[in-house]
Amino acid sequence: MKFLAKLGRSSLFLYAILSGFGYTLSRPGLLIKQLYHIGVLTFWLIAISGLFVGMVLGLQGVYTLSTFGAESSLGIMVAASLVRELGPVVSALLFAGRAGSALTAEIGLMKATEQLSAMEMMAIDPLKYIMAPRFFAGFISLPLLAALFSAVGVLGGHLAGVDLLHVDAGSYWSQMQSAIDFHDDIVNGIIKSIIFAWLVSWIALFEGYDANPTSAGISRATTRTVVNSAFAILLFDFLLTALMFGTP
Amino acid sequence: MQCKSIEILVGLFVSLCIAALFFLALQVSNFSDLQDNGSYTVIAHFENAGGLKNKALVSMAGVPIGRVADISFDSDNYDALVKMRIDARYNNLPTDTSASILTAGLLGDKYIGLTPGGLDEFLQEGDSIELTQSALVLERLISQFLFNSSDKDE
Repeated sequence: MKFLAKLGRSSLFLYAILSGFGYTLSRPGLLIKQLYHIGVLTFWLIAISGLFVGMVLGLQGVYTLSTFGAESSLGIMVAASLVRELGPVVSALLFAGRAGSALTAEIGLMKATEQLSAMEMMAIDPLKYIMAPRFFAGFISLPLLAALFSAVGVLGGHLAGVDLLHVDAGSYWSQMQSAIDFHDDIVNGIIKSIIFAWLVSWIALFEGYDANPTSAGISRATTRTVVNSAFAILLFDFLLTALMFGTP
Repeated sequence: MQCKSIEILVGLFVSLCIAALFFLALQVSNFSDLQDNGSYTVIAHFENAGGLKNKALVSMAGVPIGRVADISFDSDNYDALVKMRIDARYNNLPTDTSASILTAGLLGDKYIGLTPGGLDEFLQEGDSIELTQSALVLERLISQFLFNSSDKDE
């Protein structure tokens, strides 16, 4: 019952945020400020993680593929796993840890110090003024960050596989290009990350808004954001993968 | 000034990420293949299209000139109906061109190899390639080999 009530409250909350879309568009300054806090500050985390994930894929790929004498397929392996799965999923998990937890803590503290009630007193709707720009900033940032993650990862795989372990550079790129399809792989990866962005932003903002206005309540809400986001991301990843790639 | 530098950083962030997207589209995927100069469709009936996949290459003389667009079962003739899209640059394939399903390497992907004929008329949109050769099915080949050798023993 508690779960159902929470789901209902969060849906109403989402509806209120989405109706603030026009308000956000009319105040681009607010959106840009949140894009900075949510997107730009996550940039290096995503770029560096992407590089290392790509390099690990490159090393492990050469190690495994060389048993079959198929090192030339390294490019396909690295790019397909990054673009389809690791790019959207890992960047969404990192995003939930980096930006989602910060959002929850910020909004929970705003609630605890009664800034949100103060805004309501001044006839400013906090859902529109505070939540909507943050939601849309997350919604815009994460797909961009996922694309960045995949691109840097492919370069990382090149670094480890080609420069370190001397796989042929020509076959790395050409096999990758012939096997990766723009619509089936890259567009589907982006659709995934758009859905993850929606999930993470929604969960993070709602947990902050719904938090107990005490210090313990905020800490619990922040934890819930990270845990629930991770669950939601992995669950939806399975569903989306089954939908997109399940039928051959 | 504070606001200004934030705007610049956000602009930089968005443009870098979009550059990454372009990199994925152009370098990693076969997106550049799609920007062709138009294409036309020809169809071919194969007795067996085993292992051929959508978007498999159609090549002539080893050069890719098109892709397989659709593979379906033709319930009138009980064979496989394969639609291929051929790049419009190569609009002078003779009508008696033959098509065969080949394999790249021993275990590689299946592709369609076209061999040009000698007629002066060219294939048009929607035309059908009459001379086809099916995919080589390894199991059938092996069983043929086994039965042949057992025949000899008797």
